[in-house]
Amino acid sequence: MIRYFSSNFSHLILLIGIFIMIIPVWLIFASSTHTALIINTQGLQFFLGDKFLENYTKVLLYEGGFFKEITVLKMFLNSFLMATGVAFLSVISSLMTAYVLVYFRVKYATLLFWIIFITILVPLELRIFPTYSVMSTLNLVNSYWGLIIPISASAIATLFFRQFYKTIPDELLESAKLDGANTWRFFIDFLVPLSKTMIVAMFIFMFVFGYNQYLWPILVTSSEQYWTVVMGLKMMSGSIVNKFAFVIMSMIPPVLIIIVLQKYFIKGIFQDK
Amino acid sequence: MSFLELNKVTKIYPNGTKAVHETSMNVENGEFMVFVGPSGCGKSTLLRMIAGLEDITEGYINLDGILINKVDPSDRDVAMVFQNYALYPHMNVYNNLAYGLKNRGISKEDIEKKVNEAAKLLQISEYLQRKPSMLSGGQRQRVAMGRAIVRNPKIFLFDEPLSNLDAKLRIQMRLEIKKLQQKVGVTSIFVTHDQVEAMTLADRLAVINNGLIEQLGTPIEIYNNPKSMFVAGFIGSPQMNFLEGELINKTLTSEGFEINNVTSDFNGPVILGIRPEHMSQTDKGLINLSVDLVEQLGSDNLIYGEIKNKKDFCFRCPGSQIIKKGSKLSLNINDNNYYVFDKSNGNRVN
Ligand SMILES: Nc1ncnc2c1ncn2[C@@H]1O[C@H](COP(=O)(O)OP(=O)(O)O)[C@@H](O)[C@H]1O
Ligand SMILES: [Mg+2]
Repeated sequence: MIRYFSSNFSHLILLIGIFIMIIPVWLIFASSTHTALIINTQGLQFFLGDKFLENYTKVLLYEGGFFKEITVLKMFLNSFLMATGVAFLSVISSLMTAYVLVYFRVKYATLLFWIIFITILVPLELRIFPTYSVMSTLNLVNSYWGLIIPISASAIATLFFRQFYKTIPDELLESAKLDGANTWRFFIDFLVPLSKTMIVAMFIFMFVFGYNQYLWPILVTSSEQYWTVVMGLKMMSGSIVNKFAFVIMSMIPPVLIIIVLQKYFIKGIFQDK
Repeated sequence: MSFLELNKVTKIYPNGTKAVHETSMNVENGEFMVFVGPSGCGKSTLLRMIAGLEDITEGYINLDGILINKVDPSDRDVAMVFQNYALYPHMNVYNNLAYGLKNRGISKEDIEKKVNEAAKLLQISEYLQRKPSMLSGGQRQRVAMGRAIVRNPKIFLFDEPLSNLDAKLRIQMRLEIKKLQQKVGVTSIFVTHDQVEAMTLADRLAVINNGLIEQLGTPIEIYNNPKSMFVAGFIGSPQMNFLEGELINKTLTSEGFEINNVTSDFNGPVILGIRPEHMSQTDKGLINLSVDLVEQLGSDNLIYGEIKNKKDFCFRCPGSQIIKKGSKLSLNINDNNYYVFDKSNGNRVN
């Protein structure tokens, strides 16, 4: 009886939470299906209008920027490239960093790890000038690599992989060694498949992180053709309903990736078998 | 030249722990060698040095005529079964067995043949597609054995592989390991702290204490002729009784009785060792035991009691003999089956 009550109660709290989070999104979505006139005169709308197709097609083909070098479609492509690149590189780099820290006889491995971890306290925004100067020396300003590389080393992901590796019993490595697995094979045949769910979780994490970047892309690209969705949101001119439609569309990629991979995401974060 | 030769092998861990001291021994081809000793005596360390999982601080190890000190574990051609099996959790049983073969570049058809053979031998054929998490303890044990057998290595190394099984299964697997080893004839080293396991499995066994081999020999040699008090106390169940005494001019005085014509020139304080099964009841015996406790095992009775100053003295008699708590027994030692140890260092002196 108590159990029943408390489960109902927690559901109630969850429902309230969902409600609070979903309402603004719904308002924007509903409003994005009306004409600009209605929004401007009557404010945000709670119910759907009939201009869905019209508004959304217009946005997709919208040419942004001063030089009209970019369409919203291209922005999505840029964002996708950037987010995927960041996710791939951070997962690979932190998988390998954790491997080295845990399995190689590195002197002061713990100290090194904490130094890496401290970088969490120094986000990109704080080190943006030195980072820019490095990118510019490497001639990577105005390129996809310039967008991706500086945010592709994740201390958090390294932490997750490191903690996970530390729970793997030594006998597994020893057994693999006796079975003829070298350093590389142990990584590929054991650590990677064993951390599969965590890899997916970190991939999602870093994808969303990369997708949401704003300040860095603005700084490192001057050419309009590298605009991302988040930059476009800010820069876009046009009617209010089109902006709303763009906001809604901009949510789709991260939401989609979470829905598709959520099974792994939960497993990876909480490591239940 | 022996198949496996250890020459003054020493292990000192980075933190300064000296786990193995100048150990030398030879293991012959096809032999089943058991390392037995209490926990922490260095058995695993010795085994792991043979496997290549620990560096050898000093000394040499030769396997099949090759000095392996610096040979990588993957190139030593040894197989090891671990206490917790160390199965690959993400691979099914088939791939657990096949993995070592794949790494050795064996063709797919040959791998399949070898895996199926090993699986049949171990009766795990029907589980080949299962993940280790879906197997019982005994089945996992078999898979671990299969992984060792399938590679047909130069030597099997077992590190207390049975200690995670329940008592009944342990006895069954013990038997199977022995049969299997005799069938495939691969040289084996088996580490255990269980002396019954050691006695039943070994062709020869090494009793290890504090990083040193105290005695090396066949189980029966060691049981009949322990060289030290430690070995005498460790091998044999229930444990040998130890009584304080004094040996002067071949006459041993202890806890209210005397033994004459002891075959020893030693004079001084000694420890007298008598195995519980080496005594029998008579009318006017040497030892008078007042019974405190009777353990009936069915086939045998274990009688515990007091003789003069010594408590918990154990005597073993056939289960058919009915002995009551509180009764007094008179015991004789059969056929001079007693052991005399120098009290100062535990060395055998008779
Ligand atoms: N990695 C290690 N570092 C330091 N000391 C160790 C290590 N492994 C084992 N020892 C020590 O070496 C001794 C022998 O250990 P071990 O060979 O595991 O004993 P056994 O297998 O006989 O129980 C013990 O005193 C143990 O504490
Ligand atoms: Mg051990």
